[in-house]
Formats: sequence, C-alpha cells, structure tokens
Amino acid sequence: MTVGPVILEMKSITKVFPGVRALDDVTMTVRRGEIHAICGENGAGKSTLMKVLSGVYPHGTYEGTIILDGEDVHFANIRASEHAGVAIIHQELALIPELSVTENLFIGGNEVATRGVIDWVEARRRALDLLARVGLEIDPDTAIKNLGVGQQQLVEIAKALAKDVKILILDEPTSALNEDDAENLLDILRSLRSKGLTSILISHKLNEIAAIADSITIIRDGKTVETLSVDEGTVTEDRMIRGMVGRTLESRFPHHTPHIGEPFFEVRDWVVEHPQIPGRLVAKSSSFYVRRGEIVGFAGLMGAGRTELARSIFGRSYGTWRGGQILIDGVEVTIPTVQAAIAHGIAYVPEDRKTLGLNLLDTIKDTIVSAGIARISRHTVIDLEAADAAAEQYSRAMRIKAASIDVGVATLSGGNQQKVVLSKWMFTEPRLAILDEPTRGIDVGAKYEIYGLINELADQGKGVVMISSELPELLGVCDRIYTVFEGRITGEADARTATQESLMRQMTDTATTNPSTTVTR
Amino acid sequence: MKAIRQIFGGNLRQYGMSFALILLLVFFQWRTHGIMLTATNAQNILNGYSYVLILAIGMLFVIITGQIDLAPGSVAAVVGICVALSIKNWGFPWWAGVLFGLLIGIAIGAWQGAWLAFVGVPGFITTLAGQMLFRGLDQFIGKAASVPVPKEIRYIGNGYLPEWGPNTGLNNSTLLLGVVALVAVVAMELRRRRRVIRAKGTPVPLWAMVARLVGMAIALGYLTYLFGSGRYGTSFPVTGVILVVLVLIYNFIATRTTIGRGVYAVGGNRAAAALTGINTKKIYFLAMANMSFLAAVAAIMYVGRSTATGPSDGVGWELDAIAAVFIGGAAVSGGVGTVVGSLIGGLVMAILNNGMYLVGVGADLSQMIRGLVLLVAVAFDLYNKSQGKPSITGTLLRGLRMRERGEAKGMERPRAGVTQS
Repeated sequence: MTVGPVILEMKSITKVFPGVRALDDVTMTVRRGEIHAICGENGAGKSTLMKVLSGVYPHGTYEGTIILDGEDVHFANIRASEHAGVAIIHQELALIPELSVTENLFIGGNEVATRGVIDWVEARRRALDLLARVGLEIDPDTAIKNLGVGQQQLVEIAKALAKDVKILILDEPTSALNEDDAENLLDILRSLRSKGLTSILISHKLNEIAAIADSITIIRDGKTVETLSVDEGTVTEDRMIRGMVGRTLESRFPHHTPHIGEPFFEVRDWVVEHPQIPGRLVAKSSSFYVRRGEIVGFAGLMGAGRTELARSIFGRSYGTWRGGQILIDGVEVTIPTVQAAIAHGIAYVPEDRKTLGLNLLDTIKDTIVSAGIARISRHTVIDLEAADAAAEQYSRAMRIKAASIDVGVATLSGGNQQKVVLSKWMFTEPRLAILDEPTRGIDVGAKYEIYGLINELADQGKGVVMISSELPELLGVCDRIYTVFEGRITGEADARTATQESLMRQMTDTATTNPSTTVTR
Repeated sequence: MKAIRQIFGGNLRQYGMSFALILLLVFFQWRTHGIMLTATNAQNILNGYSYVLILAIGMLFVIITGQIDLAPGSVAAVVGICVALSIKNWGFPWWAGVLFGLLIGIAIGAWQGAWLAFVGVPGFITTLAGQMLFRGLDQFIGKAASVPVPKEIRYIGNGYLPEWGPNTGLNNSTLLLGVVALVAVVAMELRRRRRVIRAKGTPVPLWAMVARLVGMAIALGYLTYLFGSGRYGTSFPVTGVILVVLVLIYNFIATRTTIGRGVYAVGGNRAAAALTGINTKKIYFLAMANMSFLAAVAAIMYVGRSTATGPSDGVGWELDAIAAVFIGGAAVSGGVGTVVGSLIGGLVMAILNNGMYLVGVGADLSQMIRGLVLLVAVAFDLYNKSQGKPSITGTLLRGLRMRERGEAKGMERPRAGVTQS
C-alpha cells in the first residue's frame, strides 16, 4: 500500500460524560487514500470518537485537537463537519423511503439548484454518474423503498460522494447486509480507495477489517491501545482480538460437553404465508425437532425464512398459519398467541434488539420481569419485592454490567442489552429458547459470554434453537444444524462433522437433494 | 444541599413543576391580597376543575399508549344529557341515573376502543369522528334544551362533607380526612423503609425520613385547615374526595399492575410489547374505554355543579386534559407519563386560570397566557430530556422509588429521561 500524507489527526481527545470518561486521551492518525479501521468492544468509545469528529459533540465539549488537512478545525455542528468534507454513514440509514434515488442524493438540492430552483435534469445526470461510481446499475428514479438494504447502503455512499467528501466514515456498514452484499460493498470501498478516497471503517466483523483495512486503530475502555498498519495479511483476527479484549481468547467458543436427552419439541409440515403478499409462502412444509439439552442451529442466508419460521412458531406472531403441527412431549398443541407460547414454555429472543426486544424507555428491572410478569403478580397486582429479587438474581447470574437494576436499558452496551433480553426470557422459565441472531452487533468478549450462557441453558435441560448468519458461530456452539433456503429446510447436519462449505452448499442449493437430508418434501 | 436531597430524594429538578405550582400559588396569593388561599377559593378551584383533572387521568393512559382521544368532551355531553333525562323523564332514581351514565360512558369507550384496537383506525381519527358523532348525538337527544338534575347529583358536583361532632373550629369531616391521610402517609413511609431494609438496600437516614414526614404533616395540616376553616357547612368538597380516590386508584394501576406495565410497554415499543406476550389490542381497548368512563364521571360532576345540562357542555374539555397531561411530563410519542405528573399539570392550569380571574385578567389574555405556559412548559421539559435529565414531573414517582433503594443520586430514570430520538 502506498502511504499517503496525513489527512486527519485527532490528538489527545478526551470526552467526559457525567460519571463516565468515554474517551481518555485518544489519538488517531489517518493517511490520505487509506481505509482506516477502528475496532474495539462495544462501549469502547468508537462511536463517541466519531461523534466528536463529525461535530455531533461540538468543539468545546471535548478536550484535544482535530487537525484536518493541516488545519485545526473546530466543528460547531454536523453541518460544519460536512462542509469540511467529513461524511458519516450511520448504521441506521438516513434515506427517505418514499423518495427516489435522485431526490435522496440531492436532498438539500443546493448542489443542483440555481437561486433555489432545482434542475432535475442535471440532478438525474449527476445521479447516474454517482451511481456508476458506487457500481450501482439502477434507475435513479427508483424509490428507495424498492431497493435492498445493500443497494441503499451504496446510495448512502453515493450521497456522501455528492458532497465532495474528504473522509467517509462508515459505522458498521455491513451489519445488516448478507454476505454477497457485504462483499460487494467492500469491493466498492476498495475501488473508491484506488481513486483516492479516505475512509474510516467501524466494524465488528474482524475478517472484513483484516481483508480491507490499511491500518487499524484499536480502542479499549476509551483509550487508544495501538495502531496497527496492515501489510498484506500480517494482522490476524486473533491479533485484533488480543488488542481489543486485552487478552488472548483461548478459543472463540467456550468448551461444552452436551448432555442431550430425548426429543420433546417437534414441528411437522409447518406452512406459513407472508402477511402482506397472499400466496407467497415463507415457510414451506418445514419439519424439525429439538431434544432436551440440545443446541440446534438454523443456518441460512438473510431472507431464507428462518426468522419467519421462528416467529410463526412463537404464537403465530408472524404471517398467516397455513398448516402444520407443533408437538410438545409428543402431544399436539395449538399455540395461537404469544401468551400461549409463553405458557407452553417457549421463549423467542428476537434478532433486532432495539425494535423488537426492548422497550428502550424501560429499566433493566422492568425489562427482565416483563415477559414473566404473571409469575410475580396476583390478580394483576405486581409484587414489587419479587420483581426486585428476580431482577437482582438474573442481573447477577447473567453478569449484566450496570450500576443497578434501575438503570435504563437504553444506556447499556449492545452485549449488556442482549443479556437483559436473555434474562427477560429466562425469567419465563422456558423449555425451548429460540435465539434469533443472539450475538449480532455485540463485541467479541460479550459474544463469548453469550455462548457460555447458551451452554448453561442447554445444561439445564432446555432445548435451544439458535438462528445465526455466522457459520463459524453455529459450528462452534450448536450440536445439530438445519439449513434453510427460501422457506424450505434443505438439510440437517451434525455440527461435529459439518463444515462451512457443506452448510453453505445446502443454504444456497435446492436443486440437488442431499442424501443426508431428512426433510425433503 | 445534600441534606435537602436526602429529604426530597433524587434530583431536585424533578420537582420543578411542583415548585412552579407553589410559586404560582404564592404569586397569586400576593397579587390577590390573600384571596387565592382562602377556604372558599380553594373549594371553588376543586369544584371548578376536578372534572378536568379526572379527564387528564384518563387522557394520560391514552397518551402513554401513544394515542390521543379528542372525544371526551362530546362523550361527557352525551352522558350528561342521558343522566339528566333518565332521572327527569324516565323516573330513574338518582343513583340509577348515575349508573346509567357510567354505563353509557363505558359503552361509548368500548365503541371507540374497538375501532382503534380491532379495526386499526388510528385513535386520532376514531375519536375525531367520535367528537362529531357524539356532539351530534348530544344535540339530537337534548334538542339544545337545558335539563335540570336533582339535588343528589348536585351534591356530587358541588357538595360538602357533613358537619358533626364537637366544635373543633374546623369542619370535622375534613379534620378526619386529614388525620386519616396523615396516618396513611406515615404508615406507607414506614412500610417502604421496612421493604428497603428487607431487600438489603440502604434506606435514607432516619432524620431525613422524619424531616420528610414532618414536612408532609405540615402540608396536610395546612390543607386540612385551608379546606376545613371555611364558612359553616363547607368542607373538603365531594369533588375533591372523588378526585383523590381516583388518583390513588389510577396511580396504583399505573405503577403496580400488569395492566399499567402493559400500557407503558405498548407506548414504549408496540412490536416488542407484542412479542413479550402483552395483548396490545386489549391495552388499546382498555385505555380508550377507560377514557370515556372517566369522561362520564367528569360529566356527572359537571352537570351536578352547573345544576343542569346545557348544549355546550364539554366543549373543549379534551384540550384542557391533553394540556394537563403534557405539562405533566408525558411524551407525545408515548411510553412516558405519570398520574401525579398529570395531576400537577392540571393544577398548574387550574391555578393559572383561577388566579388570573381573581386578578381581573380578561378571558382573552388569560387564554393567551395559558397557551404560552403550555408551550414553555413542554419546551422546558424537552430541553431537560435532551440534556439527559429526567422529566420535570415525569419522574416524580420514579424518583421516590429509586430513593427507596438508596440509589437515588445521579441515577437517571430513562422512562422519562430518554427522549424518543
């Protein structure tokens, strides 16, 4: 990699919130034309650092200096930083779904307007040009809502390019993308780099960082640990993990000896129709079973129908049920509502913590007791002492890091939020726990703890269903893995013998029926 | 400063709106040369505004679920005319008329709740339609006539507790209420303290608890004196008793029951609530049905006070209730708000209205000032929340709860502290 001159220096940045030193003397140097990755555990201070850089926290609310292109800059707000050429693309996309790509690209309109009148012909021409730069071959008149997440992400990048960006900051750009889209995005970043764009990449996916970054700044507990420069594959994931957690993880997965009992939960020929599109089946005659003490994985690409299947089983909370049975201990049961599912000992931890798992206005305590509230109330009156005791117990057992159980869940890191959601469901004392992407968006150290908790659940004799898009995780944690493709269960594999390659084949290929497949309808 | 904190508990800022209320009282007491805080005026305020405060309680639950109800004024008008007519023309005894009115309130609430919960028409639309529908129904039934109500109903809206026993210089019913309230407050405080100790928390120092109890005793004593020292035959008004009972009941529902939790959960994150096993439709239905039920209660109190129904009964009530709830720290996006906060919000508006009337400010100017107060109060609240600080009044009760656990200082309660960004 050619080493360009320094474009950005952040020197001794310290940012203090009441009671928390979020950033403590953080220093980072970014060179022109490189992809600079920032990694660190959740809560390490990555986002805070980027908020300082992009003017979310204005000059004066932090200590330290920012030198951009040799100039000491004092951003008063986001607009000032954008004006200076710093563009940030957040995890949550900021596009307007109802408007077209062109309209979104020139949302302020200033770039293509004369005296406040927008020249839409010019805008469209420039839009085509920008889309070409990010490798998107779509009609710029398409409404954003008709694009996939991956394409939307690229439109966001194009939008930043429209503003003559000097430094592009991407916050977890691939967390919502499937592997193909993620790969494509990384390719685009590479090609933009070759044209001289500087980008800062925040990501939890260490393999991505290893593949694409030119240098890596590792932050831990608000401090810079080190800056690594990458020379062709010299920085391994393990090396990064060591920097992030301050220790070497012996293994990314805790050791676990399974104690598997008899099958107790069985789903037969489950059929679910899409809630909005009549006739479209999101689960096509799916059958599977779970044994006591067993961790069963569901592998599949995004959109394969794993979440839809799980939520449909969980009290038909997704789609329209079109057939199939659930058997618990060999007895057929009807589970038409979430309340019934909870009563039958089923728990579902959703993949999207913030929109489906948590009420962000609640405290840890109120969240933990929310699903099992019937257990601590009589005639709808809640026993507050029992609530305190339960919350304290789970908070301790799950090792939730917080000042007290009265802390708001919104203030917790992703890993701790996930532990709160897990506690909420463990408090219902389920027999079957369905965990949908339980480690998404949480850091390496917290993942390890979550895996440990999953093992504990299995050791208590519960059945665990784990849905994940990360194959190494499924192979590392599960005992048995089903693969799902387009609403169909396409295979079943013993996790000890399966490989990423064998799973991937079944996750993408339905034409050939694998002989080891038990369900082949 | 630390001492004050330990007495009041939590963040002093939380008590901002309560202090604003006291400041208003002091200000008007000064401007009216002492008329504000006389027995007669205090009784008038309760009789004149209790129905708005009761509406505000109902509105609070609707707003916490993230909805709004524009119909309670019209519902109240229908209930009022039905109560009056059922007694006057159909020969219902007064209590049957009251029961009839409450049932009509519940039925109308069920109608609106069903459209919201089971058909999915947004509350704003359902109740805007309801506002027109029930206003029209009121006019259809009442033919714009004024129907008088019997003295029992008038007692509900304008009555006083009886005089009895020896001459204590105060109304003995009021005195009894004051003593009962004081005993209840002391008992609850001791129970709370026991609970903290049993849960191995750190209770507030004994002196702080004693200081707080002394403060409450003084406040209760003053209120007892204020309401009990009026002219012979007056006391703490019946409307006030109804209000206090409803506040206690609904505060309990909001903080201690699964239904209350459900209301906050649905407003905070509906999808997450549904996946938590909360019957969201039931919650919406109950919130709307309850609002109309309380509108019926308010209607009966109101027609009692005005001694007869009238064609413009209930016009604009919903807006007063909504204003009270938002001044009391609720969030437009739902999930946030407390019963006590709404009560204080409603009292601020009531005192302002009454005070300006006493000072001689015209209705025009008074209206403008109240509009500005609503705007400024909510803006101030939003500013506080954006600073990551708890809502002014929204955390009143939460603040108390946290103090119990001995973890009050510096801890923020996000139910009110985090804005919906």
